[in-house]
Amino acid sequence: MKYMTINNRRVEFDDERNVLSVIRKSGINLPTFCYHSELSTYGACRMCVVEDDRGRVFASCSEVPRDGMVIYTNTPRLQHHRQMILELLLASHNRDCTTCRKNGVCTLQGLANQLGVNHVRFENNKPTLPMDFSSDCIVRDPNKCILCGDCVRTCDEIQGIGVLDFAFRGSKMQVMPAFNKDIAETDCVGCGQCRVVCPTGAITIRTSVHEVWAALSDPSKRVVVQIAPAVRVAVGEKFGVPKGKNCLGRLVASLRRMGFSEIYDTNFGADLTVMEESQEFLEKLESGEGLPLFTSCCPGWVKFCENRHPKLFGHISTCRSPQEMFGAVLKEEARQNKEDTRELVVVSIMPCTAKKGEILRPEHYTDGVQNVDYVLTTNEVIRMIKEAGIDLAQMPSESLDMPFGLSSGAGAIFGVTGGVTEAVLRRIINSNKPEDLERISFTGVRGIEGIKEASVTIGDREVKIAVVNGLKNADIVMNMIESGEASYDFVEVMACPRGCIAGGGQPLPVGPRTKKARMDGIYSIDLMSQIKLPNENPIVQTLYNGILKGKTHKILHNEMPKY
Amino acid sequence: MLDQSYYEKADEIIQIHGARDAALIPIIQDIQSEYRYLPPELLSYVAKKIGITEAKAYSVATFYENFSFEPKGKYVIKVCDGTACHVRKSIPILERIYSELGLSKEKATTDDMLFTVETVSCLGACGLAPVLTVNDKVYPSMTPDAATALLQELRGA
Repeated sequence: MKYMTINNRRVEFDDERNVLSVIRKSGINLPTFCYHSELSTYGACRMCVVEDDRGRVFASCSEVPRDGMVIYTNTPRLQHHRQMILELLLASHNRDCTTCRKNGVCTLQGLANQLGVNHVRFENNKPTLPMDFSSDCIVRDPNKCILCGDCVRTCDEIQGIGVLDFAFRGSKMQVMPAFNKDIAETDCVGCGQCRVVCPTGAITIRTSVHEVWAALSDPSKRVVVQIAPAVRVAVGEKFGVPKGKNCLGRLVASLRRMGFSEIYDTNFGADLTVMEESQEFLEKLESGEGLPLFTSCCPGWVKFCENRHPKLFGHISTCRSPQEMFGAVLKEEARQNKEDTRELVVVSIMPCTAKKGEILRPEHYTDGVQNVDYVLTTNEVIRMIKEAGIDLAQMPSESLDMPFGLSSGAGAIFGVTGGVTEAVLRRIINSNKPEDLERISFTGVRGIEGIKEASVTIGDREVKIAVVNGLKNADIVMNMIESGEASYDFVEVMACPRGCIAGGGQPLPVGPRTKKARMDGIYSIDLMSQIKLPNENPIVQTLYNGILKGKTHKILHNEMPKY
Repeated sequence: MLDQSYYEKADEIIQIHGARDAALIPIIQDIQSEYRYLPPELLSYVAKKIGITEAKAYSVATFYENFSFEPKGKYVIKVCDGTACHVRKSIPILERIYSELGLSKEKATTDDMLFTVETVSCLGACGLAPVLTVNDKVYPSMTPDAATALLQELRGA
């Protein structure tokens, strides 16, 4: 075991990758803008500077820990450096904090407060640059960028897309897409992971809050809302509820008080997806054609496949995603329901920013009608609840509405990586015995690795499965499939690391502990549900014999574009 | 849309340097010396061919002052404004050239696409200061009048 001295205290360390990690492990939270443990070290923001016993000042994120080091983290010199860096960053920053979307959760604002920077001596001599509102998901404001490069590295290293990069040099440097193109013209899939790491308001998410409030106050409209699996384990975080705790009941109570007519669960849509996708998979297994089958729930992934691997795009399941299936069912029900003459508005609450783009894709219209009208991210719904003066933590738990308020545990686990696969396997193996369920969960589909492989025997055939999270990993798997290096029968992809629980629309911050708490939360919802299989959900059965009769394909499947 | 011949030329240049990410700079340098500028379409094309993102290629091309996305004139005049040239009065030379050609810092190329005027920070020929180059040919010990004469000579040529 090796030791270093931090602020005159002996600290043990082992194989930490940099001095910063050792300092943080010792309980001192050095500030950073550009350091994320899941990204490469960049060393640009210089907030993590420390001083050694010889008076050398260096960035602790880019220094390998050595035995016997003597480090000081809070000398007057360091305090001066940090304050100066912040003051200079603030000088060229758009400081409309009170009206900024990031107000209160901004790292720059937080550190300026924490380190006591309360005066900026320098003038902002940068010209005001136009904002980019072109994307359905992402809004970019270059005037708030501090050039930490977190978005650049996330888009490149985690998602393998690389829409953004630095351009120009010195004082003219900016982060932008190539040729300063609009985001909408790039390969951006809308996953929102850049927003997750952005320490300021330079990257935010397009909002539909105003439109939804307007619909809620319109008596001629019947506003129905569905809640995605990953929302319930994150929404409580901003109301002081412990991380990962299931707040579905309290969220339902809050939404009801805000005026939503009916409140349902996207887990029910997920049940329908499992039914359809497992059917499609079995048919393909039997005919041996069109394998592997790719999941279609994640819109970031669907767009990525379309952009990068158009030759494989035909392998994407024709099943609509859970929110779209549910939206289409609700619209169909409204068409058949002659009693309620109000206009139906379907709102989805999603952990996801790419879902905002998904609802506008042409294949997600049925008879010319959009299946889902608005997507609100978890963050937007938190904001609406707060605007309405409701304290979610103090709400009683209320139940979902009927007739669609019942769902299985298989639908619940859609929110984590491996969940869709596990749910499909449950349906195919078609057993609710605890030992069978446990066997499926131990095939290798669970866990946080970027690429997981599993194999399951179905009938007399061994079925090979890949479960992927993060689009860079998806690119690796797709390249292996294209080159023939690997072959699978079923591939699940979720664009965000560890799945929807860490989606681009979820509350911040999302460190490894938060992600784990949310994953555990999702699995415990499954453990608590009496119905484990979607085909055991009585409402699913009623639906197939009722509204969906003769229309299953039209309502639950897509006509995908051909490449 | 560029003519197909541009892409064929780019392919040729990529082949010389190899389709790898580290070859980006030599490739775009060669493209620039072929066309006297770097056509944006070719930058995107090269990025794809050598397996880097368009944004990364743009990042590199904008980092170096030397790369230009704007077509340049037949004669590219680089007026040195390094320390040695500056103290030996390079600015009056630049101003004379600007006024003769009706150009400025913002508008660097004449409408007839004959001349492009740029400043550079040092040409490494400080002993010959003040110095300028026309398409890499060095003209030493310049004066404003010599610059006027040079422009006339180039126009006639």
